[in-house]
Amino acid sequence: MTLDVLYFAWLRERIGLSQERIETDALTVADLVEELRAREDRYALAFSDLSAVRVAVDQDLTEFDAPLANAREVAFFPPMTGG
Amino acid sequence: MATVRVQEAPFALGEEVEAFASGRTDMGAVVTFTGVVRDLAQTDLDVMEIEHYPGMTERAIGSIVDEAVSRWSLGDALVIHRYGRMGPGDRIMMVATAAPHRVDAFAAAEFLMDYLKSRAPFWKKEITEDGAGWVAATEEDEAALTRW
Repeated sequence: MTLDVLYFAWLRERIGLSQERIETDALTVADLVEELRAREDRYALAFSDLSAVRVAVDQDLTEFDAPLANAREVAFFPPMTGG
Repeated sequence: MATVRVQEAPFALGEEVEAFASGRTDMGAVVTFTGVVRDLAQTDLDVMEIEHYPGMTERAIGSIVDEAVSRWSLGDALVIHRYGRMGPGDRIMMVATAAPHRVDAFAAAEFLMDYLKSRAPFWKKEITEDGAGWVAATEEDEAALTRW
């Protein structure tokens, strides 16, 4: 499956990318995170504390155990600070 | 019915409120809230930079507004939220609600603000003379959602 993976705020800065397209067989968001962590230190560092990370699948906020079936876009970011 | 605008450019508060409040004969109450960049950092805040997630931002605000409309008797709602670079005193965002009665207008405006703060994908970065840092979300912001 091909996924567009987006990073925002300090995750974008730590990973050094705002967006990348990846090929993956990950079944859930958690699987995808494990795959990314294993890639390089900058990913491992960015995902070292998942309590500080939020995730959206196809632009809907969700949880790390969410399935990725039919997903096209996954975004990782810190807790939001709008308003 | 409701209007959501996510934009980099400043907005004219007076004109927006005037336009929103005009021509309504069935709405007894119009409530507006405006968010302003504060200089709260220990050192002087030079710039506030707001990042957002284009696409999801509009979608998330849209569903927050839909939720407000379903909970309260609202005639109309307006949300404008800026992104990009701003300075102390600049207006970041505004919310306006119109309802037949003020109780609904006030409650819906507060609900919108509480949810926009922690469920709309915006991230604030403060840039001071000592460096830059991302504003952390607070437990109070998250706790504010439980009252609804």
